[in-house]
Amino acid sequence: MLRDTYLLFHHHLRITLRQKFGPIFGVIQPLLFLVLFGPIFATIGTWETLVPGLIVQLGLMSTGMAGFGVVFEKRSGVLERMRVTPASRLALLLGRVLNNAVTLILQTVLLVAVGYAFGLRAPAAGVLAGLVLVVVLGLSLAALSYAIALTLNDQLFAPVMSTVVVPLSLLSGAFLPMSMAPGWLDALSHISPFRYVLEALRELFAGHYATGTVGLGVAVTVVFALVSVTIGTRVFNRENA
Amino acid sequence: MIKTAGLSKTFEGGVAAVKGVDISVGPGEIVGFLGPNGAGKTTTMRMLTTLLRPTSGTATVAGHDLLADAREVRRRIGYVSQGGGINPAAPLGDELELQAMLYGLSRTEARTRMTEVLAQLDLEGLEPRPGAALSGGQRRRFDIAFGLLHRPALLFLDEPTTGLDPQSRANLWEHIRALRAERGVTVFLTTHYLDEADALCDRLLIIDHGRIVAEGTPAELKTGGRTLDDVFLDITGRSLREEAGV
Repeated sequence: MLRDTYLLFHHHLRITLRQKFGPIFGVIQPLLFLVLFGPIFATIGTWETLVPGLIVQLGLMSTGMAGFGVVFEKRSGVLERMRVTPASRLALLLGRVLNNAVTLILQTVLLVAVGYAFGLRAPAAGVLAGLVLVVVLGLSLAALSYAIALTLNDQLFAPVMSTVVVPLSLLSGAFLPMSMAPGWLDALSHISPFRYVLEALRELFAGHYATGTVGLGVAVTVVFALVSVTIGTRVFNRENA
Repeated sequence: MIKTAGLSKTFEGGVAAVKGVDISVGPGEIVGFLGPNGAGKTTTMRMLTTLLRPTSGTATVAGHDLLADAREVRRRIGYVSQGGGINPAAPLGDELELQAMLYGLSRTEARTRMTEVLAQLDLEGLEPRPGAALSGGQRRRFDIAFGLLHRPALLFLDEPTTGLDPQSRANLWEHIRALRAERGVTVFLTTHYLDEADALCDRLLIIDHGRIVAEGTPAELKTGGRTLDDVFLDITGRSLREEAGV
């Protein structure tokens, strides 16, 4: 299973890197937010609050839309060809999601680097810990995205996901912390796992590691990852997927 | 090589696509599986290749139980689906190498094997190209190359020549015959071209409404001076069928 996962990861990473500008385009929107919205936000908040929000937004847009790849593979018959090989279904999923997670890391590093140029001053340990959280978040979102892509009609994936991603970004508090929201909106945002991930990320970027917020964020991220990968594997395993 | 008993598939919503099919295919045979659109050909083939779980019945494919040992079945079979599995955007050499390695070959073995198969199918030199840059005949032969990389004992071909010009069809027939003659590969194929079935297959199975309705060698089926087209229409009727899409 490990060998198959590595083979598929390596294969998909090569395809991603061959596209050259694909991963760059994925990070353009959060970069635009950073450049065009960041200086305004900095008058009322800190870069250590904004950049983690943009990382979560990036994760939702980049890995959340990963299912597009499998829609394409389903249409061209490539997925079915692979499903007839002895490769395990978990490897077929993990090879893809690891590629998405690595791409997300590269995009996040670029976003953080530009953030530093604008005034972000997060400790290196906090950023590294945050990157670990981002990897797990990326794995989870990509696995879920593949499961949704294989379950929905091909034409529905794009409109459904683009409709879902924007409210999830807003409810996570990506642009403004939910503590600033009215009570009902704050309460509503607690159903989104991304709120907990983001709050943990902000704590880490602020240099606070051993806090309840970080613990809760890590726990929610791990549980979310387990649930997402389980769902993804089940859908890959399901007949006629 | 293939032995099924009462193999059935009923889809959600109650559509019974295959109803208790018994199939027996021996080593080295080329067997044609014929039937009108929606008769159950592709559903049967997808069950035999582990892509669909049968609702009931038993099957042994390439010496392994289809349900209990699906992964071992996959190791031993090659499958070329109706629509193919060519990535239009990636170099086919990369895709072939990955496919071979997923069957357990080392990178060196995969490259050696890729060279052999591409030579066998007259595809040398095309592997750096993406699928979109190939002709229909070349794409179909690449589909077959994907199915042959791991030297399967049993090859499933779902409408392998649909959409090909007569030259490409004849060329593909030669390759299929050579597989059996040189390596003893067993071939189970579906086709809508009855001349193809007549020329290529040792034995034919005709399925209609999910049941096997006729079986025999082409000569056995063509009784009374009838052509295979006449036999097929006499057995399955002359009314138009819609593709069930399963």
